[in-house]
Amino acid sequence: MQGEARTTPLVEMRGITKLFSGVTANDDVDFSVKAGEVHALLGENGAGKSTLMNVLYGLYAPEKGQIFIKGTQRVFRSPKDAIAAGIGMVHQHFMLVQTQTVWENMILGLEGTGFFLPRRKIQDRIAEISEHYGLQIDPSAFVWQLSTGEQQRVAILQMLYRNAEVLILDEPTAVLTPQEAGYLFKTMRRMKEEGHGIVFITHKMHEVMNETSRVTVLRKGRNAGTVMTNETTPEALAEMMMGEKVPIDLFKSPLQPGPELLEVENISVLNDRGLPAVEGLSFCLRPHEILGVAGIAGNGQRELCEAVVGLRAVTEGKIYLQEEDMTHASPRAFIDRGVHYVPSDRKQVGMAADLDVNVNSVLRSYWQAPFSRHGVIDWSSCEEHSRNIIDNYHVSVPSGRTPVRNLSGGNLQKLLLGRELSRDLRVLIAMHPTWGLDIAATRYVREQILCAREQGCAILLVSEDLDELMAMSDRLAVIFKGQFMGVLAEPSAVSFEKIGLMMAGSRASEVLKEEECCHEA
Amino acid sequence: METLTPILAAAVRSGTPILYATLGEILMEKSGITNLGLEGIMLMGALSGFVVTLSTGSPWLGLLFAFLLGGCLGLLHAFLCVSLGSNQVVCGLAMTMFGSGASALMGRNHIGVAISGLHSFPLPGLAELPVLGRVFFNQDAMVYLSFALVVVLYVYLNFTRPGMNLRAIGDNPKAADAMGLPVARLRYFYCIVGSGLVALGGGYMSVVYNKFWAEGMVAGRGWIAVAMVIFALWNPFQAALGAYLFGGVEAFQLRLQTAGTPIPAPLLMMLPYAMTILVLLIIAVGKGRSILLRAPAALGIPFHREERD
Repeated sequence: MQGEARTTPLVEMRGITKLFSGVTANDDVDFSVKAGEVHALLGENGAGKSTLMNVLYGLYAPEKGQIFIKGTQRVFRSPKDAIAAGIGMVHQHFMLVQTQTVWENMILGLEGTGFFLPRRKIQDRIAEISEHYGLQIDPSAFVWQLSTGEQQRVAILQMLYRNAEVLILDEPTAVLTPQEAGYLFKTMRRMKEEGHGIVFITHKMHEVMNETSRVTVLRKGRNAGTVMTNETTPEALAEMMMGEKVPIDLFKSPLQPGPELLEVENISVLNDRGLPAVEGLSFCLRPHEILGVAGIAGNGQRELCEAVVGLRAVTEGKIYLQEEDMTHASPRAFIDRGVHYVPSDRKQVGMAADLDVNVNSVLRSYWQAPFSRHGVIDWSSCEEHSRNIIDNYHVSVPSGRTPVRNLSGGNLQKLLLGRELSRDLRVLIAMHPTWGLDIAATRYVREQILCAREQGCAILLVSEDLDELMAMSDRLAVIFKGQFMGVLAEPSAVSFEKIGLMMAGSRASEVLKEEECCHEA
Repeated sequence: METLTPILAAAVRSGTPILYATLGEILMEKSGITNLGLEGIMLMGALSGFVVTLSTGSPWLGLLFAFLLGGCLGLLHAFLCVSLGSNQVVCGLAMTMFGSGASALMGRNHIGVAISGLHSFPLPGLAELPVLGRVFFNQDAMVYLSFALVVVLYVYLNFTRPGMNLRAIGDNPKAADAMGLPVARLRYFYCIVGSGLVALGGGYMSVVYNKFWAEGMVAGRGWIAVAMVIFALWNPFQAALGAYLFGGVEAFQLRLQTAGTPIPAPLLMMLPYAMTILVLLIIAVGKGRSILLRAPAALGIPFHREERD
C-alpha cells in the first residue's frame, strides 16, 4: 500500500496543449505532483505556468492532453469538478469576494452546507483549520479590510476547507514581505508532512532551492525539464529557464545628481474609496538620479504616482516643479513641462487598447506640432513618429495599424517607453516598468531607464522587485501605509531582511544602524 | 387621521406595482445583470395579465401568466447579455421599446373593456388594528404577497447559502466561478425570476389596481423602479419604503385632483416623478460614494471564463 502510494502520483498531466486564439500557451506539457512533495513550477513570465495550472484547476479547457488523478483519467469541465477531485488553487489575484466576510468566502460555492448559513459551525471549522496550519485570521472580518498577506491566508484556507489534497500556489510570495513569506513556508511544510501535494509557482530561485523537492521548468510553453531540487543548482535552473545565459548585472555609471527638480512636500492623497492612501509624504527628485520606492503592493504607490503626474487630487501638501507650484495642475500641465508617466496598468492607463500603434504613439503629444497643425492631425507625421519608435525600441508589430490590444506585454511596454522617453523628458515616473516582461525585455527596459538617467532625467521608480530596485536606485525609499519608513542613501549597503522589516512597517530608525540611515528625503 | 388613513392605504396600493418591479430588478442586479427593460416588461405583463383574466375570468391565472411571460422576456435578456455578452444597457432599452410597441399593438382591441379583477381581502384580526390595519391589512392578496416577498428576499440575500452565492456572482464572478459556481446558469435563473416579478408588477396595474387596459398605462413606473433600486441601495425593505413614498405622492395628488384644486392637473400628475428626481438628488449628494460601494461590483459587465484581461 505504502509503495503504491509512492509510485502513483496524486496528479499526472500528459501532453497538455492549450491555445489562446491561435497562440500556443502550453505545448505538449507533462507534469505530475506526488503526495508529500513541494513541486516548484519555474519559468519566465509568459512561459505558461499559470495557464497549465488553470487547466489542472478546470478553468481552461485544454485542446489536447489528459489529466489523471491518482491514476484515474478525469475530465474537468469547471473548477467544481477539480475541487471535487481534491485540487485547490490559490491564484495570484485572489479569487475572493471583497464585499463578503471571511467565513462567507470560505463556503462560497460549497454544497452541502444547508440552506441557511450555519455561521457558528463554519467559524468553528475555520478556527480549527487555521489553528492546525498556523493561518491566523478573523473569520468575521470583511475581505476588503484585510491586508494582502491576510487575504492570501483566506484563499489558502478556502482550499483547505474544501479538503484539497493538491494545492496550487500561483506566485504566492510575490505579494508578501520576507517575514510573511516565512510564515507561508511553515504552513507549506506542515501540509507537506501531512501528505498534501503542493505546486509552488515562483520566479525566485532561493525559494525554489530552499522550499521545494522537485522542480519543473517551463520555457515558452514547453516543459524544459523536471529535476530533483537537491540534484540541481540555481545556475542550471536559470539556464533551463532562459535557454541561454543572460548576464544579470547592469552598468550604472556614477553620476552627480543635479539641483532639485521636482519637490513634493507633505502631500496626502485619497484612494478610490475615499480613504487616506498617502499621508504626509515628502521627497524630491533630481536630475541624473533614480529614487526607488520599495513596498508591498497597495501601500499607496499607485496613488502617489498618480498625484505626482496630476491624475489624482492632492488633499494636503504641495508639489513644486522647479519652484513652480504644480499642486493642483492638470495632467496636461505636467506633460507640457516634461513630466511623463509609465503606469503599471499599461493597457488600461498607458494605452488606448483598441486603437492602433500609430495613434497610441502620439497619444501624449498629438495636439503639438508636427502631429497637429491648426487643429488638424497630420497622420503621415504620426506614422513616421511611430515608425521611429518601432525601429529604435525594437517593437515587433506587424504594422502601425495593429491595435495595441494584440501586442505582447514586452512589446507594449517598449512602445510605451518609446513614447514617454521623448526628447522633452525631464521627470519620469515609472511604476513596475518591468512587471510581466521576459528577461530580454526586462533588461532592455532597465537599460533605457538608466539611459534616461544618464541624459539628466529625474526618475521615480516604483517596483516590487527588490533586486531591480537595488540595482537601479541611487536612493531607495520604503513605503508602508502611505508613509516612507525611511529613505536609504546607500541601498546596496542594507540587507534585504532589514528592508523587509521596513516594508512591514518598521521605521528606518528602528531597523538600521546610524550610518546606514538617511533622513534627508 | 381620518382623512390621512385612506390616502396611506391608497399609497400602499399604488406603490405595489413599483415594489414588485424594484424587487425584481434588485434580484437581477445582485447577480450582476442590469435590466433597463422594466417599462417594457411591465407593459407586457399588464397586457397579458389583463387578456388572460378577461378570457378565463380568473385574475390569478392572469397574474400567473404575466409572471411567466415576464420570465420569458427575462430569458431573452439573459440570452443576449449572458450568452452573447451584449451591452446590457442597449438590450434593456430595446426591451423597453419592444414592450411598449408590442403591448400597444396587441392591446388595441381591449381598450375600454373592464374586468372585475382581484378584490380586497381584509386579513382577519390584523385588519382591525387602528390605522395600521386599514393601511396595510385591508388590502388585496397581491399586496400581502409583496410584504412577504420583501421579508423573504431580505432573508434570502443576507442569511442563506444561495443568497450568498447570488451576491458573489454579482460582486466577483471570476471568484465565484473559480469556487465552482455556475455563474452563467445562476444569472439566467435570476434574470428569469426577476423579470417575472417585474411583469407581475405590470399585471398588478391592469388586473388589480385599474381593472382595465390602456396603452402605456405603466406610465414610467418601470423607470421609477430602476431609480428605486438605487434609492434602496439594493435593500428590499428600503425598496418598499421608496415604492410607498412614490405611491403616497401619487395617491395624494389624485386626492387633490378630485377635490378640485385650482392647480392644473398635469402639474399635479408630475408630482410623484418630480419627487423621485428630488429624492435621488438628495441621495446622490448625501451618499455619493457609498452608492458605488454598495452596488454589485460586477454590475453590467459580461463574464467569460477564458477571457484574459
